[in-house]
Amino acid sequence: MEYNWDWSILVQEPYLWWLITGTGWTLAVSAAAWCIAVVLGTLIGIARTLPNRFVAGIATAYTELFRNVPLLVQLFLWYFVAPEILPAPMGHWIKRDLPLPEFATAVVGLGLYTAARVSIQVRAGIQSLRRGLAMAGYAQGMTVAQVYRHILLPVAFRVVIPPFTTEFLTVFKNSSLALTIGVLELTAQSGQISEYSFHSFEAFTAATAIYILITMTVAAAMSLVERRLPAVA
Amino acid sequence: MYRSLGTALLSLVMAGSALPSRAQEAAGTLAKIKAAGEIVFGYRETSIPFSYIEKDQTPKGYSIDLCMRIAEEVKQKIGNPVLKVRFVPVSPQTRIPLLINGTIDIECGSTTNNLTRQEQVSFLPTTFITGTKIMVKANSPIKSIDDLVGHRIGLPQGTTNERAVKSYVDKKKLGVGVLNVKDHAEGFLALQSDRVDAYSTDHILLAGLLTKAQNPEGFRIVGDFYSYDPYALMIRRNDADFRLLGTKVLADLFRSREIEKIYRKWFQPFPNNAKVSEPPSDLLKASWELNALP
Amino acid sequence: MMSDLQLILQSLPFLLEGLGLSLLLTLLVAVGGILMALVLALLRLSGNRALSTLAATYVNFFRSMPLILVIFWFFFLVPLVIGRPVGSFYSALIAFTLFEAAHYTEIIRAGILSVSRGQGWAAAATGLTYGQSLRYVILPQAFRNMTPLLLTQGIILFQDTSLVFVVSLSDFLTSVTIVARNEGRLVSMYIFAAVVYFAICFVASRFVHQFEKKAVR
Repeated sequence: MEYNWDWSILVQEPYLWWLITGTGWTLAVSAAAWCIAVVLGTLIGIARTLPNRFVAGIATAYTELFRNVPLLVQLFLWYFVAPEILPAPMGHWIKRDLPLPEFATAVVGLGLYTAARVSIQVRAGIQSLRRGLAMAGYAQGMTVAQVYRHILLPVAFRVVIPPFTTEFLTVFKNSSLALTIGVLELTAQSGQISEYSFHSFEAFTAATAIYILITMTVAAAMSLVERRLPAVA
Repeated sequence: MYRSLGTALLSLVMAGSALPSRAQEAAGTLAKIKAAGEIVFGYRETSIPFSYIEKDQTPKGYSIDLCMRIAEEVKQKIGNPVLKVRFVPVSPQTRIPLLINGTIDIECGSTTNNLTRQEQVSFLPTTFITGTKIMVKANSPIKSIDDLVGHRIGLPQGTTNERAVKSYVDKKKLGVGVLNVKDHAEGFLALQSDRVDAYSTDHILLAGLLTKAQNPEGFRIVGDFYSYDPYALMIRRNDADFRLLGTKVLADLFRSREIEKIYRKWFQPFPNNAKVSEPPSDLLKASWELNALP
Repeated sequence: MMSDLQLILQSLPFLLEGLGLSLLLTLLVAVGGILMALVLALLRLSGNRALSTLAATYVNFFRSMPLILVIFWFFFLVPLVIGRPVGSFYSALIAFTLFEAAHYTEIIRAGILSVSRGQGWAAAATGLTYGQSLRYVILPQAFRNMTPLLLTQGIILFQDTSLVFVVSLSDFLTSVTIVARNEGRLVSMYIFAAVVYFAICFVASRFVHQFEKKAVR
């Protein structure tokens, strides 16, 4: 194998700056999408366990819809299709006047997709303790809202915190798909360095190392948080 | 034009390890063709109108026609009137390695002749001259990159065009937004759907894109050339005999002005859209003159 | 103007070819990935610390990488190692197999662990060797337990194959994109793609669900 090694290109201008901004975009997309996913996913997960058939049905439909279409196709739907089927001024606003249109589209697409995954975890978390606890609450004369507010959710959240952090790592990896709609995140930047400098090996190694480093950091933080959480019987 | 992933590395490997032995073995392309009873053309599938295929799957185009002339001359030279022509598809990533390792004998596509590539391969005289330009919607006031301040331009990632535009923008410190796209179709789409105000690549490829548009009159190609891209047929390095043969065939075409006929067939108008026509530029005509060696 | 339906019907042979490639890639990667994962899982449970650490490192490494980056890696590595250009399909096949093997390993490991220790001891007591007890006692039960998860991972894998789009390998999504761009019908073609993916994945996941119910009994 003949290969002209040169690790120094990674700290050369402009490649070092590309790696830094790439990492920045990756983290920004991941963090923003994760926030959407956690909030929306929690609401949908709760909705799926509600006694109201209609609400639970819609929530279930959301989950099924969003987890049975590949994320890449969903991104294309948001990027290429959504602005065209909306009323023209609104479509134009999304494409041009929205600050950072590609970034925003990636965040929304990734967030809605991940929300479906989160909703499954939340639902499982609530169902894992539902029967007895909820029955006890209802027997006391509590309303559905009170049962969720005071009994189910506080306990369920302790169960789902670890999966939430795992989901962050999933979003973090999936954020690389944003490159298909023009967001220059870490994977895109490493590809670009490889194209410009011909040093693919060094460029991809750098990106790989950054992904692993961040994953390990998040995983370590996660186990720290988990240890502090009170145990659930 | 793409310098995509892997291209470079493939070439590096070839240049590093495989080249020395294979270059010697292929020292005589003519000898190789004679022994095999066939000449192998590398062609592109979508470089309209240089080298492309349509539903009938037969490669055709300006560069293919020129290569055919060379094949005719080879027939005479090696005295084999039934010499076969075989076609092998190549991509920007594979064209150089496949030429070096002997899979193809000549590349008939739309490849820019530049000095970096000449470290690995050789080129026949220039057959077409293009360069980076920008395309805008017909009703747009934009006439050059300088007018793009406060607007957005689409650029094909990893191409010489991207570099040309970016360095121009940086040099003049213009505030121009950039959308990176994977290929020309995507870039043209971004322009059509108003995601960007301009799209940039080689001017002839812009013209080719127009042939596929539903409404070619809705767009204009504007501005100066922001880079210089002379296209040429690509052959192996260090093969003086084959190179001489190719140069002679092209010089004959240039001198007899037959080149103009071939050019008209493919560019005036484009084969698949009579509304798009590209007369030869003065620069290209001058290049034909200069290479019409006696 | 052709209607959207006409366009889809007219391009159907081309689109089906793309879908065939997606399904073929899914099948080959699933088989290759599961076989490789079986070896990795056994290494992890082998009791040999070096081997088990090696397998664990492999799994953690690939599980912390984005699939697109893995695809990029192998598109440049495979030809480099082989020394000549290979079709994109083979590069993708290798990249996906190595990547998915890491994900399958965790499923298989959990599946093997789900078979109670007592079974292994019982097998050993009847004079079966380690290999025999794996082959005849533990793995059959483990595979029955983990089949639903393996199938679900297969559905995820099918969705993941759409990522070969980034290297222009003509899978279903790439074929749809080609038609969409040539004809200027992005809206209808991408909606069509979403419907097809949804139909396949939804039906498959219902099937897995039924299977799961039956298996649990």
